[in-house]
Amino acid sequence: MSARRKPSKRHRVPFRARLRRDWPLLLMTLPGALVLLVFHYLPALGNVVAFQDYNPFAGDSPLQAFLGSEWIGFANFENLFSSDAFWESVWNTLSITAFQLVFFFPLPIALAILLNSVLSTRLRSFIQTVVYLPHFFSWVLVVTFFVQMLGGAGLLAQEMREAGLQPWNIMTNPDTFIILVTAESVWKDVGWGTIIFLAALSTIDTDLYEQSAVDGASRWRRLWHVTLPGLRPVIVLLLILRLGDALSVGFEQFILQRDAVGRGAAEVLDTFVYYHAIATGDYGFGAAAGLFKAAIGLVLILAANKMAHLLGERGIYSKS
Amino acid sequence: MSVQLATKLRKPSRRPAWEEKPTPVGLAVKGLVLTAVVLAVLVPLWTVVVTSLSSRQTINEAGGLVMIPKGIDASAYVTIFSGGTVTKALWISTLVTVAGTAVSLLLTVLAAYGLSRPGSLGHRSLLFYFLLTFLIYPGLVPSYLVVTGLGLKDSLWSLILPTAVSVFNLVVIRAFFQAIPQELLDSARIDGAGELRILIRIVLPLSKAVIAVVGLFYAVGYWNTWFNALLYIDDNDKFPIQRILQSIVLQGQSPTFSGLPVGTAMPPTLAVKMAVVVVAVAPIAIVYPFIQRHFVKGVILGAIKG
Repeated sequence: MSARRKPSKRHRVPFRARLRRDWPLLLMTLPGALVLLVFHYLPALGNVVAFQDYNPFAGDSPLQAFLGSEWIGFANFENLFSSDAFWESVWNTLSITAFQLVFFFPLPIALAILLNSVLSTRLRSFIQTVVYLPHFFSWVLVVTFFVQMLGGAGLLAQEMREAGLQPWNIMTNPDTFIILVTAESVWKDVGWGTIIFLAALSTIDTDLYEQSAVDGASRWRRLWHVTLPGLRPVIVLLLILRLGDALSVGFEQFILQRDAVGRGAAEVLDTFVYYHAIATGDYGFGAAAGLFKAAIGLVLILAANKMAHLLGERGIYSKS
Repeated sequence: MSVQLATKLRKPSRRPAWEEKPTPVGLAVKGLVLTAVVLAVLVPLWTVVVTSLSSRQTINEAGGLVMIPKGIDASAYVTIFSGGTVTKALWISTLVTVAGTAVSLLLTVLAAYGLSRPGSLGHRSLLFYFLLTFLIYPGLVPSYLVVTGLGLKDSLWSLILPTAVSVFNLVVIRAFFQAIPQELLDSARIDGAGELRILIRIVLPLSKAVIAVVGLFYAVGYWNTWFNALLYIDDNDKFPIQRILQSIVLQGQSPTFSGLPVGTAMPPTLAVKMAVVVVAVAPIAIVYPFIQRHFVKGVILGAIKG
């Protein structure tokens, strides 16, 4: 540890000397900071168009149009909150989040425990290699694979027709859409999701297993009393992240399939913003929906983190 | 840190003496589940590859997708590489991926190094500035207005700049940089080396693995870019491969091919579609195995320290 890390020493070095010493570091940080300023913080501030009757034709560039557009207070939000389509998209989003918490969230944990019990290192790393792969596919590819396998002209339908059965088309059925999107998410990310749990499993002290085995605990009791408590901090952390992100269920996945199953099932908050702002040009209204989502999201993540602290877990960030 | 973890992750591949022998039923269930999981990934890939290499006759016999190959017919690939929309899209995607990854790595590595020294001038506030992006959401509408306002509509930069810096990747690299023994850097500093020189000569050679993993993350992101292209690219000649994949395979539009001699028999549409899927997957599938073994280390380190 160098002395520089001690805060007491730090304050004794005068500002000019620190500037002379650290200017190369500042210069290196600058380009990245600028990119974030322009493409992250500027749009974050730009959310104020939610309070405007933004007219893209009020000027030659978006900036001029912004300056030339009328401020209308909360009118966009009033329209938004009285729009049935908006509440439908909120409802769809929350249902999908809830559904995936039950049917997706536990799967990587189960798969990680299963993988961890495979004794052969080579077999285990082969399985890992295969199941991580879909994480790197784009949503266009994932949806393509599902259409080719399960769609009306896909492999499953083809085999069923050959067997003399009536094929069904799960890809265009709005009633089963929630199952479909969950299956797609599972296919894409269940393997990737195991990484963090495998890491947590490897930090559990093997003596605990040995001692409980000697004390007569069966494998299921060891799973319940040693493995799951060992995974608890990671599970809580990921639950918090998921809850804080409850209003995001993915974007591309839904835009890609919205036409096939219809708006009623596939409209989520993000696609609502896209279709009501970018596609139709009602920017103020769409921005209001986006700002609503961002505000609720921020509250959710702060609340979930608070809850984790109350439960005695570390959470995502601590007050230090 | 990373060394400790790596050794911990390697489990002994023998069953400890105190553990009971698995029951046959348990073993069978385990094997079945794992086989199903692996097949769920491999069967679609296999089917797509085999169909893309099948002749019209084989496809007609199978009634669609082909699972059992009968001979190899590469005409679908000849067609899509002969020029026209798919070839163009592949060039665009390659360009975006290479340029984007280079820009991203440059920005991220520089910033990660700049932020790797606690106690340096402005360290705390700058770090806060970067990490705050996790909590503040830019919003689709204002992002769209900013990018188009900068005149990036129909420019390939619109696929690169908005996603150029991933703070998550930055945190991963920064954690790695901080794990390098400070004495090494201090001695170089005493010898009169500047920060950039230290970064290039000492830090980067020690960080090849993490740079490779982060580079792969960026590259995959750029290769997969679809939504930004939907937002910002209207010019058909600048569509990246994912947009073409979507229009050909999901929306059923027929691609155009310019380079084929007049009168050439067209390969079956399904084979062409599947060939487009294969070329969209191929770069990922090829690069992936080389870098896969570094994932666990890189990702975990980031997760624990971040």
